Amino acid sequence: MELAALILATVITAATPLVIAGLGEHVVERSGVLNLGVEGMMIMGAAVGFAGAVLLDSSWTGLVIGALAGMAMAAVFGLFALGLATNQVATGLAITILGLGLAGLIGQPFVGQPRPPLAPLEIPGLVAIPHLGPALFRQDAVVYLSLVLVLAVGWVLNVSRAGLVLRGVGESHVSAHALGLPVLKVRWQAVLFGGLCAGLAGAYLSLVYTRFWSPGMTAGRGWIALALVVFAGGRVWRLMAGAYLFGAILIAQLHAQAGAIGIPSQFLSMLPYLMTIVALIVLSLAGRRGAGAAGSLGQPFVPER
Amino acid sequence: MKKVVLGAVAALALAAGPAMAQQKLKVGFIYVGPVGDFGWSYQHDQGRIAIEKALGDKVETSYIENVPEPDSARAIEQLARTGHKLIFTTSFGFMEPTLAVAKKYPDVKFEHATGFKREKNVATYSAKFHEGRYVIGQIAGKMTKSNTIGYVGAFPIPEVVAGINAFYLGAKSVNPNVKLKIVWANTWFDPGKEGDAAKALLDQGADVITQHTDSPAPLQQAAGRGKLAFGQASDMSKFAEKNILSSIIDDWAPYYVERTKAALDGTWASKDTFDGIAKGKVKMGPYVNMPDDVKAMAVATEQAIREGKMDPFKCPVVKQDGSTVECKGGDKLSDEQVTSMNFYVKGIDDQLPK
Repeated sequence: MELAALILATVITAATPLVIAGLGEHVVERSGVLNLGVEGMMIMGAAVGFAGAVLLDSSWTGLVIGALAGMAMAAVFGLFALGLATNQVATGLAITILGLGLAGLIGQPFVGQPRPPLAPLEIPGLVAIPHLGPALFRQDAVVYLSLVLVLAVGWVLNVSRAGLVLRGVGESHVSAHALGLPVLKVRWQAVLFGGLCAGLAGAYLSLVYTRFWSPGMTAGRGWIALALVVFAGGRVWRLMAGAYLFGAILIAQLHAQAGAIGIPSQFLSMLPYLMTIVALIVLSLAGRRGAGAAGSLGQPFVPER
Repeated sequence: MKKVVLGAVAALALAAGPAMAQQKLKVGFIYVGPVGDFGWSYQHDQGRIAIEKALGDKVETSYIENVPEPDSARAIEQLARTGHKLIFTTSFGFMEPTLAVAKKYPDVKFEHATGFKREKNVATYSAKFHEGRYVIGQIAGKMTKSNTIGYVGAFPIPEVVAGINAFYLGAKSVNPNVKLKIVWANTWFDPGKEGDAAKALLDQGADVITQHTDSPAPLQQAAGRGKLAFGQASDMSKFAEKNILSSIIDDWAPYYVERTKAALDGTWASKDTFDGIAKGKVKMGPYVNMPDDVKAMAVATEQAIREGKMDPFKCPVVKQDGSTVECKGGDKLSDEQVTSMNFYVKGIDDQLPK
């Protein structure tokens, strides 16, 4: 492959966990719930998914188990934030801290065990496209799954009735409740979906991206996913674009260093975050008013009896 | 009545005196990464375990892992406040916080790894990793086919810069055409990013990767592409059995046991300790996946360094700009010059970030 194609291939793998985790949180926030526990759910997915993969000797099973572990953490969040209407910010932070600790404990026996890579899935025909073919169409299956997820979530949220209900619940839970919509049920489903995605993203990190488990290995990617949701401003395509932009700058700066172009590495390391801020400013200046976070984001809902 | 109470208090204090002396010595550790990084922090923790094994019930050890460098003062102070009398802070970035806390707790002994600032109650210690890096540099110089070697660095601090220079000088000594590409990850531990840095180097033509970050990710990425690499801080063979060439292993255990003993019997004094292959603080992992002549060369170099016949920074050392570095250590650079190194040697085609 040529250098540009190689870079593109790396960017795609770097962006994929961000896309998946961001997508889950996007749905959660559309339903009016703010779950700051993405990092915690992600690392649980990474640890439990890795453990499952080693014990059952199957990376695929590991990915599924990791996703379920993320969902279990989301269920704990839901129990408090939805069931007991606790403060969502505090609950989410608690989930992150709990997840980081618990994952370290669960992963302890698996530290330092290597895993074989996931075989890349070639898309016949397309992979033969000159230059870009191998980079785009010889990726692992999770990359394609993430793209399917983007389309599916975009469709459900924007076209389907279920999506309309979810957005309605997020916009104003009082009105939605008055209309007879099952606010808490919808939010539970969104929160569990968010956990599933975060868990899958975490398992992708430990099983495909780095292929070993190590405590703290998510290294803040859950927070980046959360930032991407803000960046997306309610639009799924923008979330994906943001993740890829972020990944692209991250990888490009490493290549710029390897090419010794003489820009301070500290500046280059800062670039992805700087670009995120710049993009946010540009988008918010250019964007329509009103298109942002869901109306009742972060407010607990207690149905009147 | 008052007198009696006072007397009682005095008696109590007297009784408490010897009891205190027999109390366990609490030894604390601050790690920059998780103990499970299988690299830097893992090896320090092996040293902590060695203290417990060697000194048994005379000591009690504890550690705080994943301590971010800018925020480390709180963690160090927490150990000092909870009765730890000997505290090891095991990353360069803990230097100023360690000194600041040491000032507030003059009766607590501190040991700071890889730093250069000492106080009455702050000792420093490091290992001559650069000796090991010279050996693996020679191996890399022999093994590269593209004559391009990739180097993943954490931060441009003297310890890492000296490692890069020693590595390059080693490679250059056996292969005059070798080129070094350097990428700074700007993190000690982020497997994803470290791996991406290695990928970038591989994509740009490097066929041997070496790293000065703490996780096995760069090694594993190289292995994934069928390229060669080295382990860092601990023997990382199991992560890439067919692609690892060797590892530089840090062995802190003897030093930690020695210093804890010194603290126990009251002979502890602040000093700087800087040794390498000769004292066994730096060890080389098995030399594998290489032809016999390369292995023989590596063994010979390691032995020569152990016997003091060879040094990576043998004078003259020439800087990038062509000027010769003043030789303060006899026929080689002094320890001080190595631990404060802030220049690349001639031949490295990159700029050192300032």
